[in-house]
This record gives sequence, structure tokens and C-alpha cells, in this order.
Amino acid sequence: MPTDFRLPELGENITEADVVLVLVREGDTIAVDQPIATIETEKATVDVPSGVTGRITQIHIAAGQTVSPGAVIVTVDAAIGAEAAVSKLPAAPAAAVTATPPPLASPPAPAAEPSPPLAAPTPAPAAKPEPTEAVTVPASTPPAPAPATPAPPEGTAAAFAAPSVRTFSREIGVDIHAVQGSGPGGRIDIEDVKRHARELRATPVAGGIPPLPDFSQFGEVERQPLSRFRRTIARSTATTWSQIPLVTLFSTADSSAFEAIRRRYRDAASRAGGTLTDGVLLMKLVGAALKEFPQFNATLDLQREELILKQYVHIGLAVDTDRGLVVPVLRDVDKKTIVDLAADFRGISDRVKANALTLEEMRGASFTISSLETLGVSHFTPLVNWPEVAILGVGSNADLPSYEREELRVHKRIALSLSFDHRVIDGADGARFLRWLVNAIHEPAMLDIPEAAS
Amino acid sequence: MTVDQPLRVAVLGAGPGGYAAAFHAADLGMNVTLIDESPLPGGVCLFRGCIPSKALLHAAHLIEETREAAAWGINFAEPEIDLTALRGWKQRVVDRLTRGLGALSRQHSVRYLQGRGHFEDPNTIRVRTDGEVTDINFDYAIIATGSVPAIPAALRLNSPLVMDSTAALDLPDVPGSLLIVGGGYIGLELGSVYSALGSRVTVVEMTGGLLPGADRDLVEPLEKRLRSQFEAILLNTRVAELAEQDGRIRARLSAADIADPERDFDRVLVAVGRAPNTRNLGLEQTSIEVDSRGFIHVDHMRRTAEPTIFAIGDVAGEPMLAHKANHEGRVAAEAIAGQPAIFDPAGIPAVVFTDPELAWCGLTEGQARERGIPFEVSRFPWAASGRNITMGRTDGLTKLIIEPGTERILGIGIVGVGAGELMGEATLAIEMGTRVTDLHLTVHAHPTLAETLMEAGSLYFGHSPHYIARAPRP
Repeated sequence: MPTDFRLPELGENITEADVVLVLVREGDTIAVDQPIATIETEKATVDVPSGVTGRITQIHIAAGQTVSPGAVIVTVDAAIGAEAAVSKLPAAPAAAVTATPPPLASPPAPAAEPSPPLAAPTPAPAAKPEPTEAVTVPASTPPAPAPATPAPPEGTAAAFAAPSVRTFSREIGVDIHAVQGSGPGGRIDIEDVKRHARELRATPVAGGIPPLPDFSQFGEVERQPLSRFRRTIARSTATTWSQIPLVTLFSTADSSAFEAIRRRYRDAASRAGGTLTDGVLLMKLVGAALKEFPQFNATLDLQREELILKQYVHIGLAVDTDRGLVVPVLRDVDKKTIVDLAADFRGISDRVKANALTLEEMRGASFTISSLETLGVSHFTPLVNWPEVAILGVGSNADLPSYEREELRVHKRIALSLSFDHRVIDGADGARFLRWLVNAIHEPAMLDIPEAAS
Repeated sequence: MTVDQPLRVAVLGAGPGGYAAAFHAADLGMNVTLIDESPLPGGVCLFRGCIPSKALLHAAHLIEETREAAAWGINFAEPEIDLTALRGWKQRVVDRLTRGLGALSRQHSVRYLQGRGHFEDPNTIRVRTDGEVTDINFDYAIIATGSVPAIPAALRLNSPLVMDSTAALDLPDVPGSLLIVGGGYIGLELGSVYSALGSRVTVVEMTGGLLPGADRDLVEPLEKRLRSQFEAILLNTRVAELAEQDGRIRARLSAADIADPERDFDRVLVAVGRAPNTRNLGLEQTSIEVDSRGFIHVDHMRRTAEPTIFAIGDVAGEPMLAHKANHEGRVAAEAIAGQPAIFDPAGIPAVVFTDPELAWCGLTEGQARERGIPFEVSRFPWAASGRNITMGRTDGLTKLIIEPGTERILGIGIVGVGAGELMGEATLAIEMGTRVTDLHLTVHAHPTLAETLMEAGSLYFGHSPHYIARAPRP
């Protein structure tokens, strides 16, 4: 009995993933939970475990391909050893399932050759002979001028859509080859084109912007396909930029008191498997601030004209990786001790480094902290991680001179930048939040920290 | 040029590409001049191509049917053919259609200018009519000058006995024996006409099969029937030389093992292909680029390297078919009007009007193999078609080329009586992104040949009621 195994749901709002590697071959026998393929979603790279047992009769995916949850990825003959279902495919080569997996970096099938150079019509010299039978024009004649309407990639079949849909797509400036069809077999209808257009509007990086100049006239260029991570970041930051009236306030806090706390709980943290860093302490204080200022731990629902106040405090930490920005989430920060948080933070940092974060660990943040401290930045203007309403940027924590009772002293001072959505939070409230946080950093003892020792 | 003034568009060539472009451009509000050497629009298609050949083929099929009718108990005497009257009827068909186009030009407010056009610069065409010279200044021009029969130098003989397709359509006489050089659609169609009229036809084809480009399983039933009608079909054979001798043509044939390479014929038709008509148009006065075969380089909007000039139809590349030119004409006119038009058909049907007809659209099996495109095939033989049997026929085949996984129909090939008319449904299916299921679930009238499309669809799922080919799909 041939059984189709479909790509399982990958989590909320995840509608597609890129196949990075196919880990099985046709004819392989697989068991439940055995990885079938490695896929990259907007948020993480994960292995897809099999939900069935049997011999693989057909693989429906290939590296570089984009798949959606529910798509058949392999067909398995559950009766192991029984006659394989007759493959109806003729000798023509099937999808690229190779014994040696293609390199990880293999880009998704390039859509098109770079555009031909812009028109620079060379006037025909008067002496040019009239084309007669004997005259042969070199085959390498330059291509036609760059068109106003985007050309379909050379050699591509017409899109899986009716001519009226293709025309509509051109009229509204959508490349139909980029549209995901929702119809049977992936056929594209007019609604798919409209949906794609709406998505594009929210993604200025992919469309709706004027055509680029031909850079080759200035020098050599190289084109790199955007990774899914990059595309996701592009989309979400553009959403923030275009949708959120953002205000950023700056302040500086004396973090000298952190030193004492760190010394006191260092051993406890280390016994728990963590390291008590300034970042962990700051996170704990931010968690407390969010309980004090609930509108910073919220989401604006414009459709229903409501403010959604989160009754939990999950803090996302923007982490720089070689794959791009990743934002793991530490849960229930307000309920955890600094020792617990230190251990949690260590665990999540290790998994970020190993690229082993689960989707679950990157979802559900209600506030984000972005730190550029180690890169020597002081103040900056972080972008809110929509649909959150505020973000704290942490800059350098350096020795700075300051006057204390008319005496010049040197203190460790931490640069804080608070960006927030002005639709939800007024400037003065932002200032209050920041002042509260600065005071808490000055006197961390005002927090319920001693519990952490237990 | 201001916004208030309509764009001035000159269309050079009034064939099915040129007149379509001109009419559409005029309908879009442009000021259009249509230039052609003929007194009326129509081009090769109407004057010396599609239309006269189809009229003659219609007559030929009638003759063949009267011969076959004996098997059905109806006996006709051998037909008496009045060539003058037949030519006259063919001409009336042509006249009726071309006069209609002349009237349509006026109704579309297109200015028709008879004469030979020549580009003087990227904004001017000089038109010469009987010594009179008119300069047409244009904002945009569309080149639609079509193609002419190609005759290799070795076969170019200054003799009326050696004809191209234009001469053959004039039907000068019914030669006792006729050599046709080229086993493409023109050779086979005209061969069918002359064979039905009584000529002993010999077809010589240089490649290993008739109708290069078509799938072999479709060609096979046609070739079988033609072999029974024609004197000979010689494949892998070249005509090395032609010479006129005592009022006949002696042909020297060249092939690996040919017993009698020297053969005499009353007439010869050279039908080895057509060449784009891009010479002597003054293209060198523009930036237009022409490839080694004479085709003009165009982009997907049919714009040439000269931004003010578009090219459509046979001059813009293969396939050299009237309906492709017609659609390109529409695209070019809309592109000039600033609309986002591009030429991106999912399939362009091709029809060979022989008996049986052979037609296909979209991807062929041969192309799929060549390009390594994964595909599945479903074939329904017409021996299982009730309609075909009622016409006294058992030959024919309907074939679907299907994309695995999506079930999308990528190509359809048909050989059989009336296959050309079935291309309507086939092309629509391909253009609309039809899946096999859709074809299979659409009620088709019974008994018709169109049912074979539905049956081929059903067969894909192993459920054809009239033909058992394989185990049902799970």
C-alpha cells in the first residue's frame, strides 16, 4: 500500500520552508522518526522526522525546492519487500535526488540570468552592408534592450495559470513565477496573485521599488540569493519601519552595583550550569520593569482597536550569528531567579551556536533586548520586533567619568536605548520606564534578588 | 509628440501578423498606416499559403473520400477535374477573404498604403508605389514582412517546371509525376492535393523521418496512409541536382543505398522551408539586429534592438505560423500602447492539414526527453473511438503529456481525421493550466472525436470505459 507522507505543520504562521538536504533515497527503508530531510524555515533549520515506516518508492522534493506544510514529500510502500508500486515516470530524469547531498550553500534554483545590459543602441554605420544571403551576422549579437515589463526567465514554461491571470499579474506588476498557487496541483488563480501582491507591499525589499540600475557599467558585481533568514528579517524590519511610529529614548545607567551581585551569586549560577553576566541581570530587571509597566509588554490590535496585554514575560534576545540575526526567547523571566536565568541563558546560547534552536525556542517573545555592547556601540535606535511594542538596546558598558558629590569619579556606565511604538506608549511613559530601569540598575537590591541564593 | 496626439504607428506587411497588429493598434486609438505590396491585406496566409492550400485540400479530401466510399457501398466514377473551375473556386475563396480584410481596414480606420516599404531611419519608412514615393514618419513601426519559400542554390533552376509552394498553389496543371523536395508540412499537404488530383507523387526527405519535430508515434499513422497514396517516400535522401531535359526534370538523388539515383519527373516542388523576409527593408538604417538565418532579434514584447521598432510573425522567429504572428501583433500593439503585454503563450498549436491531420500544442514528447523535463504520457488510440469508426477509419491517436505531481497538461498531440479542430480544446486546456482530472471530468459530446481527449484523460487514471491499457491507478 503506497502511503504519502506529507510535510507536517511547522508552527504558527509558517507557510513554507526551503529544502536544504534530502537525507533519504528512493528504495531506502525508513522508520518512524528517522529524518527524511533538512529544511530551513523562516526561523530555524530543522530535520523532518518520518511519520511512517516502509520503503520509499518516490521522493517528491529536492534540495533548493520550497515546500509547504501538507505537501507530499515522500511516498512509502508500507508493505516492506512487497512489489514496489509501478513508477509511472518514464526514463526521463526525476527530481535531483543525488547520492551525494549538494553543498549546504546551494542556492535555490536561480530564477533568471542577470538582466541584459541597458539599451545603448549603437547607430548602424552607413557603410554596413545590406543583409544579403552571403552576409552572416555573428551569433553573439548583443541582446535586446532591457524591457519595461519584466521578462520571464529564459526557457521557463508559462506559469501554471490561465492567460487572464497571467495578464492581471503583469498589470499589477507581479512576477507570476514568484506566486505560490493555491489551486489543485499548485495552479495559480487571481486570488493567489492578489495575496502575493499584498505580501509584496509589506516587503519593499522584494518589489514595489524602482528598477535597479545596471551596476556592471560601474564595475564587476556578484549576485547572491537571499537566504530565508535574510528574507524574513527584510520583511519584518520593513513592516516595523513602515507601520510603527517609532520613538527612541537614550539614557545611561551606572552598573557598578552589578559587580557585587555577580560576585555574590556567581558560584550558585555556575553550579546551576550558567554564567551570571550583566546581560542576565539586565534581563531580570527588564522583566521586573515590564510587570511595572504592562503597556510595554503588549501588542496593538488595530483591527479590533484593542491593546493585548501579555500576562507573561517572555524576553527575546537578539543574537548575532554567522547566519544572520536570531532571536531566541527566554520564558517567564519575571518568575525565574537570576541563577535560573543564567543557566537558561547558557543553554540557549549553546544551542544558538550549534544552530540547534527549536522553533519553539524562537516564538512568543513579548519584549526584546538587543545588545551591541561587545561591538563597542554606545547608543543606537533599535527597531521594535513587531508585533511587540518596545525594545531595549544595550550598548557599551564602559568606564566613564562622572561627578559624584562634586568629585570626579569613574563608573561603569551602561548605554541604554529604548525604542517603542508611539501609538501605544507616550514619550513620557517611555521616559518613566527608562528611569525606572536606570534606578533599578543603580540599586539592584530593590529587586527581589536575594531569593536567587536559595 | 504630445499626449493629445495619437501615436503614429506604421505596420510593414499586411499578413495575419501585420493586419492584426494594425487593427488592434487602431482600436487602441493610434494613428495606423498599414503598408503592403498587395492591393489588399492578407499576406502569404491568404494569398499563397494557408487559405488557398486548405481550399485545395478540401477538394482533395473529397476526391479521396469518393474513392473510399466504394467500401461503404457507394460507387462514384473517377472524377473529372476541371482545373480552370477549381482554380477559379480557390481564387474566389481568397478574394472573398482578402476583400473582407480591405473593408475591415477601413472600418478599423487603418490607412492602407500599397507599396514597397524601406526604412530610411528609425522613424521613417519610404514607400514606393509605381514610381511614387511617400515618406511615412512614425513614432513606432511594426515589421511583419513574413517569409518567402527558401530554395537551396543547387535546386534553383530557371524552369517553370520547378515550383515553389506559391507556384504549386497556382495549379498550372496536374503533372503525371511530381517530385516533392522536403517532407515537411508544406510538401505533404501539397503532395496530398496533387496525389488526389492524379499525380504520382514522390517525396524526398533529407532527415530520417517526415515532419521533423513532430513525435514519431503521431507521424506513423500519417506516413502509413501517405505511403499507400504516394508513389514513394524516400527518407535520408537528398536531391543533389536538378536538370531540365526534354521538357521534364531529371533529378539526381543521393542516399546510402539508392538503386536508381537518376529519376525523371514532370514537375518538381521544392518545399524545404521558408526564410524570413528581412532583406532589402533598410534594416541597416536602424539598430535592428538580424541573426544568421535572417530572423530579427526581439524581446518578449517583440521589440527589436531599435526601441521604436517592433517585429512580429515569421521575421521574429519560429514557429512560422499565422496564428503566432496574429497573437504577436496584438502583443506589439499593446506594448506600444504602454500596456504590460508580453508574448508568453503556454502553447502554440501546429496543424498539418493532411489526411489524417497531425496536430500538437505545447510540449512534445521529443522536447520533454531532449530537455530532461519529467513527464508522463497517456495515449488513447482512435481505434477505440466510436466516431472514428463511423467514418470508416481506425487510425488516429490522442496523446497527453502530463507533469508528474501536479497532473498539469503540458502538451497534447493528436493524429487523426479533424485533429486540427481538436486543437481548440487542447490549446485552451494547456493555456488554462488544466489538470488531467479536469479533462477527465468534463462531459464530452458523444459520439465526437473530442471524446478522445476525455478518454486519454480517463486512461491516465486507468478508467477509460472503451480502452484497457493498464492497471488502474491506486
